[in-house]
Amino acid sequence: MALEKITQVVGRGVYVPGDDIDTDRIIPARYLKCVTFDDLAEGMFADVRFDSKGHEMKHPLNDPRFKGASIMISNKNFGCGSSREHAPQSIYRSGFRAIIAESFAEIFFGNSITLGMPCVEASYEQISAMTAILEAAPETEITIDVTNKRVSLAGKTFEVNIKETARDALVNGRWDPLGELLEADVKISQVASSLAYMA
Amino acid sequence: MAKTLYQKVWDAHSVTKLANGQTQLLIGTHLIHEVTSPQAFGMLRDMGLKVRYPQRTFATVDHIVPTHTRVEPYEDPLADAMIKELRKNCKEFGITFFDTHSGMQGIVHMVGPEQGITQPGTTIACGDSHTATHGAFGAIAFGIGTSQVRDVLATQTMAMSPMKVRRINVNGKLKPGVYAKDVILHIIKVLGVNGGLGYAYEYGGEVFDNFNMEERMTVCNMSIEGGARCGYVNPDQKTIDYLRGRPYAPKAATFDEAAARWLSFASDADASYDDIVTIQGEDIEPSVTWGITPGQGCFIGDSIPTPESVEGGERANVELALKHMKFQGGEPIKGKAIDVAFFGSCTNGRISDFREAAKYLKGKKVKEGVRAIAVPGSQLVKAECAKEGIDKIFSEAGFEWREAGCSMCLAMNPDKLIDDELCASTSNRNFIGRQGSKTGRTVLMSPLMVAAAAVTGQISDAREVFNI
Repeated sequence: MALEKITQVVGRGVYVPGDDIDTDRIIPARYLKCVTFDDLAEGMFADVRFDSKGHEMKHPLNDPRFKGASIMISNKNFGCGSSREHAPQSIYRSGFRAIIAESFAEIFFGNSITLGMPCVEASYEQISAMTAILEAAPETEITIDVTNKRVSLAGKTFEVNIKETARDALVNGRWDPLGELLEADVKISQVASSLAYMA
Repeated sequence: MAKTLYQKVWDAHSVTKLANGQTQLLIGTHLIHEVTSPQAFGMLRDMGLKVRYPQRTFATVDHIVPTHTRVEPYEDPLADAMIKELRKNCKEFGITFFDTHSGMQGIVHMVGPEQGITQPGTTIACGDSHTATHGAFGAIAFGIGTSQVRDVLATQTMAMSPMKVRRINVNGKLKPGVYAKDVILHIIKVLGVNGGLGYAYEYGGEVFDNFNMEERMTVCNMSIEGGARCGYVNPDQKTIDYLRGRPYAPKAATFDEAAARWLSFASDADASYDDIVTIQGEDIEPSVTWGITPGQGCFIGDSIPTPESVEGGERANVELALKHMKFQGGEPIKGKAIDVAFFGSCTNGRISDFREAAKYLKGKKVKEGVRAIAVPGSQLVKAECAKEGIDKIFSEAGFEWREAGCSMCLAMNPDKLIDDELCASTSNRNFIGRQGSKTGRTVLMSPLMVAAAAVTGQISDAREVFNI
């Protein structure tokens, strides 16, 4: 199956500040009671966006200035904790197509790339500069150039980082590896039969 | 060339290089549960794929299963549906399922070792971040997302990049009243919740040599809380003794051969590491968390930090944590009143955890007003507790004695905190909302510290409460 080549993401941004934003915060466990991923958008950051009566609380994701954003920006160790793919799924299904953060937890990172959602690393200073621009002009369009590892907005360009294996997979349209994994069928059998416990 | 266990296992399981530079890694053992697998089976069906090695995937129910009843249908129709879905998927695809009536059901990270499925020198994946638990046996074990569950079901492989290896030595001896949980909470505090990004942690040193297998599991379990996707201990005689005679371990005739092979996976004495960290066991005190990440912790005698005591972005983290916990910086953590005591989870729901606490709980009472819940990690642990009279000790002390499951560690079943209850917990995460109430507050600690908190109704030094 041919996958889209994700060479760039263009859209407006929203800053969800904080280090160590864990996947329980991104999607509380009660939203994991489902056998498909279809309805996960409503759970995204639910406990920090809504009070117990379901009313909106003050949160960047509720701020009308940032409605329609498709690029999420955060700080260190984004997506730590539980391996639940429901977390990136809920972000993706809420209309986001990329995340910029200082660093990402590994399982979250892998889950996001497999959805074709680039996770781009920028320094604290770069993120502070980007979010200052957004705060002053929320409608600013951001361009993430995945191929060349650059983020541009308001005439400024930031050299950022994206893990090479992920960058390669995104820009060449092989971010979902299943097709390639299936091709190695004979080699899989060979390695499996070399392992006593697989016999 | 000298190699670490990580490198040896990686090499033995590498299938091929993928176009993007990652490695296609064979996953010898795949564990699944009811919450992160249904979508993966759905994708298989949509794509018309089969399970490549059904005999190498093992299933149980743990996350969502109620612990107060085993009568089906369960009150929560979604939970009931998810459990039935797993049952159906296992049947359709020919997967071994340790179901609720098997006597072998339990938290997936308990079941693997108990059954002897978890073995040294193997790769183990599961759609659960605490899969590193199995690293206690010298397996390379890690959590995966649901799309990767699909990949492993369909191909018994997944795409992966190699990690760096950090050796963590804990030398010397632990003081009385200091446990494996204190060791890992201390390691996370020292190295940070993101200190392990990109690393596998290899734990060693005299303290780990002296640990039994269950203590090693407690430490490996929480590797992910330090950012390390996998953590392991090199296999030794204790590993072999633990596995001998278990249902899925090699049978008598081939066991010794397997044991020799297992030991050969241990890191070579002259292996080189990307980083080495050394901690002295005597420096570790009983540890508790005061914040909203497992790294926001301190020793029981310490004061809660003030935001002013830290720099930069870290200050906002401390402020948010104190606000959520309703604590003041500078206050002692000891003496904070608790509402709930939770005893269980894949971190500390094993027989040795219950035995140790029972020794001190005998004849004691849970403080009036404290809701105390004890949840054996597996049905085998529950049965062993009954055999040894441990269930009685907990019940007579005032703990609710439950069925096996994850329970209030992640609160996907009815076991939840209410409002801003403060919970002394043997579990692994103190994230906001983790225990089922978004204002709920979790303080992580060792099983004996939870027992002490249950008895006194406040966060306490177990050594003082139990005269250790």
